[in-house]
Amino acid sequence: MTVRKALTQLVLALALPVVLVAVWWFASAGSTSFFWPPLSRIVEVFPETWDAERLVNDVLPSLARLAIGYSIALVAGVALGSAIGLNPTLRAFLEPTLEFFRAIPPPVLVPIIALFAGYTGWTSKIVTIALGCLWPILLNAVEGVRGLDEVLVDTSRSYRLRRRTHLFQVVLRGSSPQVAAGARQALSIGVILMVISELFGANRGLGASIVQFQRAFAVPQMWTGIILLGLIGFALSVLFRVVEHYSLAWYRGLRQADRGA
Amino acid sequence: MTSLFPTTRRTAPADRTRPSTTPGDHVSTPSSDVALDVRALKKIYEGAGRQVEAVRDLTFSVARGELVCIVGPSGAGKTTLLRGIAGLLPLTSGEVVLDGARVTGPPAGMAVVFQEYGRSLFPWLTVRQNVELPLKEKGLKKAERREKVEAALEAVGLADSGDAHPWQLSGGMQQRVAIARAVAYEPSVLLMDEPFAAVDAQTRADLEDLVRTLWHRLGVTVLFVTHDIEEAVYLGQRVLVLSNRPTVILEDVTVDLPDVRDQLETRSTARFAELRHHVYELVQKAKKGYRPDGEAV
Ligand SMILES: Nc1ncnc2c1ncn2[C@@H]1O[C@H](COP(=O)(O)OP(=O)(O)OP(=O)(O)O)[C@@H](O)[C@H]1O
Ligand SMILES: [Mg+2]
Repeated sequence: MTVRKALTQLVLALALPVVLVAVWWFASAGSTSFFWPPLSRIVEVFPETWDAERLVNDVLPSLARLAIGYSIALVAGVALGSAIGLNPTLRAFLEPTLEFFRAIPPPVLVPIIALFAGYTGWTSKIVTIALGCLWPILLNAVEGVRGLDEVLVDTSRSYRLRRRTHLFQVVLRGSSPQVAAGARQALSIGVILMVISELFGANRGLGASIVQFQRAFAVPQMWTGIILLGLIGFALSVLFRVVEHYSLAWYRGLRQADRGA
Repeated sequence: MTSLFPTTRRTAPADRTRPSTTPGDHVSTPSSDVALDVRALKKIYEGAGRQVEAVRDLTFSVARGELVCIVGPSGAGKTTLLRGIAGLLPLTSGEVVLDGARVTGPPAGMAVVFQEYGRSLFPWLTVRQNVELPLKEKGLKKAERREKVEAALEAVGLADSGDAHPWQLSGGMQQRVAIARAVAYEPSVLLMDEPFAAVDAQTRADLEDLVRTLWHRLGVTVLFVTHDIEEAVYLGQRVLVLSNRPTVILEDVTVDLPDVRDQLETRSTARFAELRHHVYELVQKAKKGYRPDGEAV
């Protein structure tokens, strides 16, 4: 890509956010509404609201719980999904039940999980995040493994690849594009659950902070929290794209080649 | 190219121009010289209330180091037969015996070049990694692997494409990667399912000669499926002509051409023309539904 083309892309990508921020800035300028403070005021209180103390004691723990819960979901989802995808009997046995649990919106599980794991600790929050993230990853992993090209599987068998090699080099690599699609969905669910898991009876955390600002009528501070959440979600999805871009380069190439043919 | 796999040469049957079609007439055909024995192979596909009898009854044997071609109409069950031999398909009845042992799963020392060559290459691996993976599984040392991979790629004319991914190559090149992978594996039995279907005429001629060369050099037993009658006669020591589905063998044609074959010379001999004519007629008959005597359709 030429520099000129890259610049054009950057300008295109930034144009709308810049316009939206500008509109917000000028529309809210001089606003006297209590719930709708001027953007300039929100920006002003941002640094003092999210100071080092708050970052270490609220934001980082929330992100850590997200990372742990998401990782558990990823590992469990891929492991369980591969097992189910590879084994028709297991699939017939589990699939209806999985479909049922999947249909339950994760947030309603929060009170139930809290009953078992307690309201205040990390466990209930991590379990909430992990459970919510599990479904898209699991179901996509099952589909990805089932959708493996049978000729590839035959090739692997006829060259007598060991089970381990077959699993890691063929099954997991082959299903990775589909798993990535599930993992992307799971990431946004994870961010939502990171907040929701803190709404009930937590006193520290990003989500808990926002609720506390709202209850204390610290409206500009509440807005800074929402903005911070948006920025975090955006950063995570960019990070995800970068990882995907490099690890699934072969898949993009393959798709392009297929389209060209 | 002459330095390819010098250590793995196996002693091939002394007289390649006289393959054994009937066990009695070959100079030295003790039963241990039969590499592959297909006995009364039958395959009925069962699917959603529909039964397809793909292969009815196939019986033949292939001597060690022999090169046998299989021709038959499209849908005759050639792929089914190869997959059965490769241990990739549960048979309805009958059995496949390889080196005296009954095949129940993919046997060691067998390589298959699939008809869907493009789909048989791992798209997330480079060409070189694709060829190397089976060698890794065999436990070969890195230096040895490297050497065999490069030699195999060189042999199929892809020495420069090792770092490409399969999807960056043309169909014919992908085909050759699949062949290189099979060759580098140094199998004792090589099954090829219409391996040259996607390559241009010139490359095809080169690859045909490559198969003959490698076969001579490695002493490997080759079963080669093709729909091209000329190719079958040019390559094989025998040509098995299959009937329409449900499949039986129409005729086992011995190709009594000299062992040294040449694209121009061999193809212009009178004997080649005769054999081609004969096999062509058989295939035409097969397409029209002709079956061997006494066989009810
Ligand atoms: N998995 C399957 N399920 C049901 N029927 C099948 C299956 N595979 C093949 N068949 C049927 O068995 C018959 C033989 O198929 P096969 O692929 O072995 O033929 P072929 O001789 O290799 O054909 P071609 O020359 O077109 O490659 C066909 O009628 C096909 O429809
Ligand atoms: Mg076929």
